[in-house]
Amino acid sequence: MNTAEPLVLGIETSCDETGIGIVRGTRLLSNTIASSMEEHARYGGVVPEVAARAHLEEMVPAITAAVAEAGISLDDLDAIAVTSGPGLAGALMVGVGAAKALAVALDKPIYAVNHLVGHVGADLLRVSGQRADSLGADAQGDGEVEQDEPLEYPTIALLVSGGHTSLLLVRDLVSDVELLGETIDDAAGEAFDKVARVLGLPYPGGPQIDRAAEGGDPRAIRFPRGLSKPKDLVNHRYDFSFSGLKTAVARWVEQRQDAGEPVPRADVAASFREAVVDILLTKAVAACSDLGVPRLLLGGGVVANRRLRALAALRTDAAGITLRIPPLPLCTDNGAMIAALGAQLIMAGHAPSTLDFGADSTLPVTDIQV
Amino acid sequence: MLLAIDTSAGTSVAVVDRDGGVLSERSVADTRRHAEVIGRLIEECLAEADVTRASLSGVAAGMGPGPFTGLRVGIAAARVFALGLGKPLVPVVSHDAIAFSRFSHVDQLSAADARQAPGLLVVTDARRREVYWSAYSGQDEDGLPVRTDGPALSRPAALDEQSFGHAGLLRLDAATVPAGALGMVAELTFAAGHPFPADEPLYLRSPDVTLSAGPKRVSS
Ligand SMILES: [Zn+2]
Repeated sequence: MNTAEPLVLGIETSCDETGIGIVRGTRLLSNTIASSMEEHARYGGVVPEVAARAHLEEMVPAITAAVAEAGISLDDLDAIAVTSGPGLAGALMVGVGAAKALAVALDKPIYAVNHLVGHVGADLLRVSGQRADSLGADAQGDGEVEQDEPLEYPTIALLVSGGHTSLLLVRDLVSDVELLGETIDDAAGEAFDKVARVLGLPYPGGPQIDRAAEGGDPRAIRFPRGLSKPKDLVNHRYDFSFSGLKTAVARWVEQRQDAGEPVPRADVAASFREAVVDILLTKAVAACSDLGVPRLLLGGGVVANRRLRALAALRTDAAGITLRIPPLPLCTDNGAMIAALGAQLIMAGHAPSTLDFGADSTLPVTDIQV
Repeated sequence: MLLAIDTSAGTSVAVVDRDGGVLSERSVADTRRHAEVIGRLIEECLAEADVTRASLSGVAAGMGPGPFTGLRVGIAAARVFALGLGKPLVPVVSHDAIAFSRFSHVDQLSAADARQAPGLLVVTDARRREVYWSAYSGQDEDGLPVRTDGPALSRPAALDEQSFGHAGLLRLDAATVPAGALGMVAELTFAAGHPFPADEPLYLRSPDVTLSAGPKRVSS
């Protein structure tokens, strides 16, 4: 096996994206994603059974497409990497079954890895000149650092999507990751979906709220910031809560409707979005200051939110924190980040996983490899 | 020679050969550990059969019917193993393997016994107080089970009702699907030139989701 620049295929099926990525060391060769999001739209959220069925149907076409795009053959691979968890159990199992079969068929080692740590690993990937266009210029993150500078440790990572909202302290990607805090109820992405419904907007809520917020006043309504009171900060300093915020928005809208007054949708959307983004960044920046770590990395699908990226740039700038945001196609769930983490494990000399691991829907972030 | 995988009940893997029969078979009855055991079972079956991957001519996959979560693990593994080998996937209805297994067994009994049970109703657990069933009239000249109805999904009581069209058939409730029999069905189907079933999982149920009725009121 080439342990200096291993050629790794990564399989990610923790939620509604079937992600197949191929990397050579830190070089991205393919980031193929098939999403079942449209199938979930009519239900107003991700339906686990619908997602799992879609993973099964997309698996072979996605692997075939990724291999073709990377210009390799399956036999060239040095290893297979796969998400073991956390995520939706039935969805994860499709990826685990597929990855094990591929590893045994090709007689290659397998690395079962943590989805959340994979989000951090995405930042290590570099795109050669040829491939840059496939990610799209406007898809690049707004990070202040040149993408060629390597990720420095330790770093704080804020991972925000429809499935998770976590704050991590990463001392070393392959050996030392600590969970500082996470949501105690809804994920931030879920809050966007739920508030979108309150405002009569379709799923997925993130881009809809972003659009509705245009021209709105983010200070028009002061919605609550979850777990930010002094007593909450004792036990939940870095934890998040969004269910109270969602209820507050719904109540505010209902009061307007009950009074027969029009609902100022742009103001509600902008004020809600500001509450989410504010609490996310307040806690992330606090973690950086408290722990003396002047580096913040963002990951997860909610990074697509413009206001989050803009406010992150402002706040980190003011606090002297270096901000890193991987290109957006590497922020949403994808197989390339799983392949990237697998490659890092190989380059660090870690042994492969045995074939006996399963899908672990609540895999702790400290378990970088299973 | 085929690798055969079925996860419609527990997890079962085999290597079979049309002439040599079942060369190796490994099964785990646990219906909750498909993802954990699938890789090891494949590896062990290949080792025990002492065959090279290149000598396999395809991969047989049990397409169900079966409870969703486990069923998908085997189909995903079979499809991707076939892709990895660059060999075709051969879909098989899992109930056919149960019927084949039974009919082959009857063959070894006296001809009189075999005549007593020419038909068969294969029944498996579909969970949620329902069962999957398939009806068979017997074996054809190639030794393959002849399915006359199903696979279908019913309440268990429906199979005992007068109106059920296959009430007279010998009923066989099965908790396992042997991958060796599944592989042999695939081998014989191919040899006989019969068509294979579609490469589609037999869920026989829609994903049970309720359409959103709009946001719920939070104020009293
Ligand atoms: Zn994610």
